[in-house]
Amino acid sequence: MSAAISPSQIESFSSAPFAEASRNAVAHRPSIATARNLKKSYGSIVALNNVNLEVHAGELLALLGPNGAGKTTLVRMLLGVARPDAGSVTVFGANPYDGQMQARLGAMLQVGRVPETLKVREHIDLFSSYYPNPLPLNETLQIAGLADIKDRPYGELSGGQKQRVLFGIAICGNPDLLFLDEPTVGLDVEARRLMWAQIRTLISRGKTVLLTTHYLNEADALADRIMVLDKGKVIAEGTPTEIKSRAMGKQIRCTSQLTLDEVRRIPGVLSVKTDRNAFEMQVNAAEPVVRELLQRDSWLADLEVTNAGLEEAFLALTQNHNAQPKEN
Amino acid sequence: MAATTFPAAWAVPRRSFQRTLAIYAKEAKYELLKNLRIPVYAISTVAFPLMFYVLFGIVLGRSDPDSAERATYALATMGCFGVMAVALFGFGVSLAIERGQGWLQVKRASPMPVSAYFGAKLFSAVVFSTAIMLLLLTVGILFGRVHVSFATAAKLVGILVAGSIPFSAMGLAIGYFAKPNSAPAVVNLIYLPMSFCSGLWIPLFLLPHGLQTLAKFLPPFHLSQLALNTVGLGVNPTPAWGHVEALLAFTLICLGFAAWGYRSDEGKTYG
Repeated sequence: MSAAISPSQIESFSSAPFAEASRNAVAHRPSIATARNLKKSYGSIVALNNVNLEVHAGELLALLGPNGAGKTTLVRMLLGVARPDAGSVTVFGANPYDGQMQARLGAMLQVGRVPETLKVREHIDLFSSYYPNPLPLNETLQIAGLADIKDRPYGELSGGQKQRVLFGIAICGNPDLLFLDEPTVGLDVEARRLMWAQIRTLISRGKTVLLTTHYLNEADALADRIMVLDKGKVIAEGTPTEIKSRAMGKQIRCTSQLTLDEVRRIPGVLSVKTDRNAFEMQVNAAEPVVRELLQRDSWLADLEVTNAGLEEAFLALTQNHNAQPKEN
Repeated sequence: MAATTFPAAWAVPRRSFQRTLAIYAKEAKYELLKNLRIPVYAISTVAFPLMFYVLFGIVLGRSDPDSAERATYALATMGCFGVMAVALFGFGVSLAIERGQGWLQVKRASPMPVSAYFGAKLFSAVVFSTAIMLLLLTVGILFGRVHVSFATAAKLVGILVAGSIPFSAMGLAIGYFAKPNSAPAVVNLIYLPMSFCSGLWIPLFLLPHGLQTLAKFLPPFHLSQLALNTVGLGVNPTPAWGHVEALLAFTLICLGFAAWGYRSDEGKTYG
C-alpha cells in the first residue's frame, strides 16, 4: 500500500465521516416499516423485483427513480392497498393488509381526480374524522398552507393548491408515518419550495416520512437516506452525500494535441468524445485527470471543469445499471 | 438489521361505536353535498323523471277520460325510472370515476371503514329517490288529478325508494367494471333500453309479445309492477312476492359481480 494519499481518496475521506455518523444515528432507531423480497408483476411488466426496504423511526427516506421504476407500487403495498406476489411487508409490526395500522399512516397519493364540488375544509374535515387523534382542523389548514383557500371548492384550485389539499389529507390524522408519492410532481419552482418547507415542518415534528420522487435534488434537499429504484430493483442506497458522490460526475473540456485514444486511456476517464476541436471527458473526480492531462500535454489549452448536472448524473446512475444488469 | 420492537403506544385503539357512527354520518353528509352540487347529476336524476312525468303522465292525453289513471300509472313507472337513474349514476358512474381515477385508493389508504363509503352512496341514493318521489307525487296530485290515500302514497314511495337497493347493487357492479370515461355511456346504454323494455315508457300490454316476455327478466319490470300493484294498476297476475324474489335474486347476482370486481380491482387502477 502506498503511503501517499491520492486526491480521490481525499475526496472520499471528506464526505465519509459525516455520512457514516448520520446513517448510524438513524439505523439505531426502531424500524417501523419493512419490506422483504417484494415481488410484483402486472402481466408481463415486472414492477418490483426482490425489493428490500426498511424505514426507521424519525427519518425521511426518499425512493428515487424514473417513472415506472416501481416506487408507487412499493408505496401501495406498504399502505395495504396492493398485495405483493411474493415477499412480506410489515408496518408498525403488522401486516398493512389487515387494516389495523391505517390509523397511524397518512398518504399523499397521485390522484387523477378528486371530488371537485367539496370545499377544501370539507375534504379535510371528512378525512380528519377517520382518525382517532386528528390535528385540529385549523392546524391542518395552517401546516398545509390552506387557510386562505379553505372555503374554495377543490375544482377551482390551481395545481399547486390541489397538491396542498392532498398533502393536508395526508397529515390531518396526525399520523406517525407519512407516505408522500411524488408530492411535487407538476409543481412550479415556488410551489415546490413551499411543499419542501411543509415537509420539513413534519420532520421537525418527529414524523417519519417515505417520499418518492424522480428529482435527485428533491431527495437531496429533504432525505436522510436515499434508495434509488430502477425497473423494480434497488440499484443504490445511502445518504444523499453517498448517492451524489456515486451519481455526480465532472465534465472536463479542453483542447489538446493528444489523440482520442491517448485521452481515453488516462485513468479516471469514464468516457470521452470530441466536440469540434475539443475533447469532452466524463470523469468521477476531476483533479487527478487534470493533473495527468497537464503532465502529458504541456500545450493543453481552454481547460474547463464543470459539474455534470444533477439530473444527468442521476440518469447516468440508472443507465449504468441498465448496461450492467448483473451488477446487483 | 435493526431489532424490531414495538412500544405498546403503537397499538391502535379500537374505534368506539360513537366514533364509527360519526364517520358514517359525515361520509353520508358529504356524499350528499357532493352530489347536490354537481349540476349534471342533480339535473339528470331529478329533472329528467320530472320532465318525462309531466310530459307522458300529465300533458299528453290530458282531456282523455282516463287521464287521472294515466297520471297515477306514470307516477309509478316514472318514479321507478327516476330511482334507477339515481342509483345507477350515484353508485355506478361515481364509483367508476372515483375508483378509476385513484380517489378510492386514497380513501382505502385511510382508516375509513369501506362500508362507510358504500353506505354513504346508498344514503345519497335514498335521499335523492325520496325527493324525486315526493316531487312527482306533488305534481301528480296538483296537476294530474292523482287521487291516492296517504297510506297508499307512503307505500308507493316506500317501495320505490327501497327499489334503489337492487339498482345500487347493479351500479356497484358497473362501477367495478366500467372505465371512468365510458361509465356514463355504459349506464345509459343499459338503463334506457331496459326501462323501455320493462314498460316504463309505454305500458307493457301495448308492446309486442316478445318484449312482454323479455320484460319478465328485467328488474325495472318487477319494481314497477310492485309499485303499480299498490295503486291498483298492476297488469301482471304474478303475486307480489314473485317480484320481490326476482329483485332479490337480481341484487345478489349484482353483488356477486361487485365482490368479484372489488377483489380484482387491486392492482389494476393506477398501477
